[in-house]
Amino acid sequence: MKRILVSIKRVVDYNVRVRVKPDHTGVMTDGVKMSMNPFDEIALEEALRLKEQGFAEEVLVVSIGTADCQQQLRTALAMGADRAIHIQTDADIEPLTAAKVLLTLIDREQPMLAILGKQAIDDDCNQTGQMLAALWDRPQATFASKVEISGDTARVTREVDAGLETLEIDLPAVITTDLRLNEPRYVKLPDIMKAKKKPLDILELTSLGISINTQLKSVLFEPPAQRIKGVMLKNPQELVDALRRKGLV
Amino acid sequence: MNKILIVAEHNGSQLNPSTAKCVTCARGIPDASITVVVFASDPIEVAKAAATITGVSQVLTVTHLAHAHPIAALIAPQLATLAKEFTHIFGPSTTFGKDLMPRTAALLNAPQLSDIMLVESATRFKRPIYAGNAITTVEVAAEIQLVATVRTASFEAAPSNHNSAPIESVNSTASLPSHTRFIGTSAARNGRPDLQTAARVISGGRALGSAENFNILYSLADQLGAAIGASRAAVDAGYAPSDMQVGQTGKIISPELYMAFGISGAIQHLTGIKDARTIVAINKDADAPIFEIADFGLVGDLFQIIPELKLLLKTAQ
Ligand SMILES: Cc1cc2nc3c(=O)[nH]c(=O)nc-3n(C[C@H](O)[C@H](O)[C@H](O)COP(=O)(O)OP(=O)(O)OC[C@H]3O[C@@H](n4cnc5c(N)ncnc54)[C@H](O)[C@@H]3O)c2cc1C
Ligand SMILES: Nc1ncnc2c1ncn2[C@@H]1O[C@H](COP(=O)(O)O)[C@@H](O)[C@H]1O
Repeated sequence: MKRILVSIKRVVDYNVRVRVKPDHTGVMTDGVKMSMNPFDEIALEEALRLKEQGFAEEVLVVSIGTADCQQQLRTALAMGADRAIHIQTDADIEPLTAAKVLLTLIDREQPMLAILGKQAIDDDCNQTGQMLAALWDRPQATFASKVEISGDTARVTREVDAGLETLEIDLPAVITTDLRLNEPRYVKLPDIMKAKKKPLDILELTSLGISINTQLKSVLFEPPAQRIKGVMLKNPQELVDALRRKGLV
Repeated sequence: MNKILIVAEHNGSQLNPSTAKCVTCARGIPDASITVVVFASDPIEVAKAAATITGVSQVLTVTHLAHAHPIAALIAPQLATLAKEFTHIFGPSTTFGKDLMPRTAALLNAPQLSDIMLVESATRFKRPIYAGNAITTVEVAAEIQLVATVRTASFEAAPSNHNSAPIESVNSTASLPSHTRFIGTSAARNGRPDLQTAARVISGGRALGSAENFNILYSLADQLGAAIGASRAAVDAGYAPSDMQVGQTGKIISPELYMAFGISGAIQHLTGIKDARTIVAINKDADAPIFEIADFGLVGDLFQIIPELKLLLKTAQ
């Protein structure tokens, strides 16, 4: 079966203003709204569109994390994914470990494409997709803003610093999404009901035989240096004067 | 002894300033020897430039026609082979480095630290998380080979001087895959300064209202010799190309002067400009969050203010 695998990370909602805990041991997440990582929502939307266009038959979503991740997997199923796998763990998972976990699922499910978000907006690592592609020994097209499939290849337009770059990659491959790839659909109420009946398998991470020792230890969390509010000026003349005094114009 | 390998970023003929910023970051590590590696189809000019950077003790070149355009899947296996004898492998936190370094790290079975903003020791670093809302200090066990990207906005470029590090050509033994092919780029190079390195940046948001209206920013930028940036809302609406986006998911910049016109100041945008020396905000809403971090704020209609600024700047010159 032609399958697309999409990974879904549960993260603090992007509207939440994250604050560091007073004791510097982490950030405050208690009672904070959690959501699907926005880039993963785009990844899922792209997979659903490819399926709707007939390039794939099944969209499989995967999340690694605590039992709460199942909420985001249910949302993904409601959006239109066919099947979900939850890899359960309470440990903090670094990108290399996430990539190894995804690789075991790839070995099992043999997808034609794995679509990941380009970065998780909690750790802002921007690593997992590239690491997965390396371990899988397959092409990667990161920061995608356009994906066109024809036969066994895909043409992917990538958002790079210099502008847009187009790569042609052989499938199977890994694609990571940028924000302008698409606009994710809204979930409709009846779909939420239907999603309850879709399969969601749970696997313990420990059963996959992957070591999860974190190699990078976050030992301290601090708020960023604050910029101090400056001065409000009355008119453009004052602005030009101020900039001139600083030697900026 | 810490042996640091830095991957040079370049456009085929010129070294990108991000490389000299990685060198500054690497020089923060005690007892370090710094090697720069250049992957190119014709690396000589770029290698010569790298050899003059203060602190670089060796430049390696890997020549292959396939390196005319950097493709991570091709460079990573070669970089991983070369990296074996190094303790730290650094690349810039640009789209080039973000694409390449994690692929290399996985081949080395090494963890990656993204966006180093401060070096405390060879094994202790600071990096931003949650769109810069928190800074975390990360420790790595000493025996671990560390792959990292360097947040270029956090480091000044190391100066180029009379240094002339030896340049050595190495043959790569890794076989290059054919599964990834470069098709083309569409870079709207406009003769303006590069957004990531410009001393001054003029940026516009949703308030501009159309691509035509963005032209008034272009003319102000030309007058100031500034680069142009944009908010995501402006890019999404098609007023500006995607490579102009500033912020968490666009470019992180650190110009001397950043002027934001009609940008509200969402956290994702502010992440990209926190390191600017001076921030100026022009917004018609006195309560816009951008004023909270601006050094100079001006409340008003940008369509009235910009022509006035242009006039005042002209008479000033
Ligand atoms: C995962 C994620 C990543 C994101 N990454 C980025 C990113 O990298 N960069 C980024 O910029 N955004 C990013 N965003 C989007 C961000 O949240 C905001 O939506 C965006 O920055 C808003 O752009 P804006 O300020 O131009 O528009 P708005 O918020 O609509 O603000 C327009 C402003 O213009 C002012 N205005 C209107 N008319 C005038 C006038 N005539 N004169 C003067 N002022 C006027 C208004 O008062 C208002 O403050 C991201 C969002 C998400 C979810
Ligand atoms: N724990 C996880 N569960 C599911 N997907 C993940 C997880 N961690 C990372 N990913 C995927 O990898 C992408 C990049 O994450 P990162 O490398 O952490 O920035 C995310 O957008 C997800 O698609």
